[in-house]
Amino acid sequence: MSTSTTSTTSPKPERRTLGERWADLPKPVKIVVWLAVALFFYALPLLNPPLLSTPESDFGSVMFTVASYALVALGLNIVLGYAGLLDLGYVGFYAIGAYTVGVFGSLHGSLPFWLLIVLAVCISTASGLLLGAPTLRVRGDYLAIVTLGFGEIIRLVALNSEWLNQSRGIQDIPRPPDITIGGEPVFEVPRLLWDGLTATVDLGNTSAFLEFGLLDGVPYYWLALSVIILVLLGDVLLQDSRVGRAWEATREDEEAAELNGVPTFRYKLLAFAMGAFIGGLSGALFAARQGAINPETFTVQLSMLFLAAVVVGGQGNRWGALVGAAVVAYLPERFREFADFRVVVFGLLLLLLANFRPQGLLPPRRARRAQRAGKRLAELEGTEEGARA
Amino acid sequence: MPGTSPPSPLEPNRVVPLSTFLNLTFTGLVVGAIYGLFALGYTLVYGVLRLINFAHSEVFMWGSFAAVWMMTLLNARAGSGGPAAVLYLLLALLAAMAVSGAVALLVERVAYRRLREKKSPPLVALISAIGASFMLSEIMGLRDRIAGWLNLDGVLGDYVRPARENTQFVNPLPNATLLDVGGFQVRSTQLIVLVAALAMMIALEQFVRRSRLGRGVRAVSQDAEAAALMGVDQKRVVQLTFLLGGLMAGAAALLYLMHIGVTRYNVGFILGIKAFTAAVLGGIGNIRGALLGGLVLGLAENYGSQLFGSAWKDVVSFLLLVVVLLFRPTGLLGESLGKARA
Repeated sequence: MSTSTTSTTSPKPERRTLGERWADLPKPVKIVVWLAVALFFYALPLLNPPLLSTPESDFGSVMFTVASYALVALGLNIVLGYAGLLDLGYVGFYAIGAYTVGVFGSLHGSLPFWLLIVLAVCISTASGLLLGAPTLRVRGDYLAIVTLGFGEIIRLVALNSEWLNQSRGIQDIPRPPDITIGGEPVFEVPRLLWDGLTATVDLGNTSAFLEFGLLDGVPYYWLALSVIILVLLGDVLLQDSRVGRAWEATREDEEAAELNGVPTFRYKLLAFAMGAFIGGLSGALFAARQGAINPETFTVQLSMLFLAAVVVGGQGNRWGALVGAAVVAYLPERFREFADFRVVVFGLLLLLLANFRPQGLLPPRRARRAQRAGKRLAELEGTEEGARA
Repeated sequence: MPGTSPPSPLEPNRVVPLSTFLNLTFTGLVVGAIYGLFALGYTLVYGVLRLINFAHSEVFMWGSFAAVWMMTLLNARAGSGGPAAVLYLLLALLAAMAVSGAVALLVERVAYRRLREKKSPPLVALISAIGASFMLSEIMGLRDRIAGWLNLDGVLGDYVRPARENTQFVNPLPNATLLDVGGFQVRSTQLIVLVAALAMMIALEQFVRRSRLGRGVRAVSQDAEAAALMGVDQKRVVQLTFLLGGLMAGAAALLYLMHIGVTRYNVGFILGIKAFTAAVLGGIGNIRGALLGGLVLGLAENYGSQLFGSAWKDVVSFLLLVVVLLFRPTGLLGESLGKARA
């Protein structure tokens, strides 16, 4: 009691937002909280909580889908949110990642899995550079249409090319190799079984750590979640760096940025390549989980759903992108009976958001800060005008 | 074994007889004229608002369904001919243009007006239009379900099913061969489509060039502020622009159906990109450019599918779009609606 009163009698009793309070916490506390959050997300598919769990499909697999959308959304967020480039063909990179794994892992080769992932990432990044180098010079809305064309070309090439097995697609894509100790999994984690609101531990139904079977989606989810965490770490470092500031400057006013010595084209290309990198990685993981891919997976609709994830969440905010991805991937699985209507719903959502909340559900912190600064500036100008009058 | 099977249009064939070349050219022009008519919607809106109307493809798609439904309503029989057939087609044209025009106005109202008044950045408007486009296309694709909810399934059976498959257009005009010279054929439908598309375009061009309303459109596209100062009602001009684009898309939809014969809920997407390509190719914002761009695209597509196989047709047009945007983003004739006056 007494401590709290002393803290409230600090010189300026100003209401602080949650974000500011969080920023003031000591670093070890923050790290502990982050670890707890990460642990919660690792455990989520095993906790299998009622209401949240999907009754009609395996919750672990659904969580993997959510995670792969989240990864894609993080990548697209760099392109769209940080650098302000509207990429409508993002699914193209996703497809390139998936097809690289399929082609060199099953159709025309049998490279080891981890090498496939590296190769997929390299090829999709290279394709991002190849596409970006000429196209990033065109105007913003033209870029959107060029990328839309690119995404469609990738799909049509996969559909028509004999070498890529046309509409039959690719089967028997290698799964990630199991890591076991003497044939036994490293450890197994049981799940909870819910009956109403009481939970029991179901020892007969376990998920094996680092054992990638056909049925259990949980190990793939863990893999994807680990990748997301790595990407998030890189994302945080990158956004706070010189590169992140250059992107922000380019997005807000390209000419001003150029005049201030930011080589905007190079930074846009970098954003494009980073986006392609993450898109390819995510497509490769998707292919490894599915085991089979075909061109119909990679339609423009998927591209639009990725876009919806980023726009709904809030362009430029990585947490917003994650929330948006969860919304886009999870809701149709949870409410299966409405799954057919998801495109209508996302169309409506895009329309409403663009009209009434263009910054998205969770706008990035800079935008909020900029809003506040703008308001203050308007107030100042208002008083000045009032003084003059 | 050469000579045992007729050359399949699916297989690339590098030695092309002259008649095939002429056929390709003619059908390319027919398809190109449809693209050009469709492209007018992109060009007009871009000329006035400097925005890409992404939902224009669905305006076309709704028009095509209006034409199909009109034929179902009239209980038309394929190839029945006679004056009734001409009347039926005119009614279908009216229905398609009316529905497309209405949908275009709806898109303007719902997806653009608020953003235009707020002067939002173009990317936000594009996202808004993408949302509208998704809704329009999926509502058509789910029309059987919607009719089921409203308990109208029994009444609307023929109109709503099959919602996600191809829907056939009944063309009451017989498709006669007018000319056949050594394999080069001109069919009556093709000729009607080509002539009708060109006539519509000339009518629109004259309207924008000569009428008072058209002058308003040109004034706003040249300098919106100055036009407003001279008393041009900008809101009306924008509505008119969308309406004109929609009417032309409706006409294009009917002609497309006469030429191709089927439509479906997602037909707009690829065609929309092609029409946009046509608009950019000729110079977006330029009415004559849309026609030229459409014709060039139609030809390129047909020649390309002969060279690489028809499966690669769409790839050819997408590549053309990318190449044009990269090397000549202002298009063949340059982009300006304001300078449409000759």
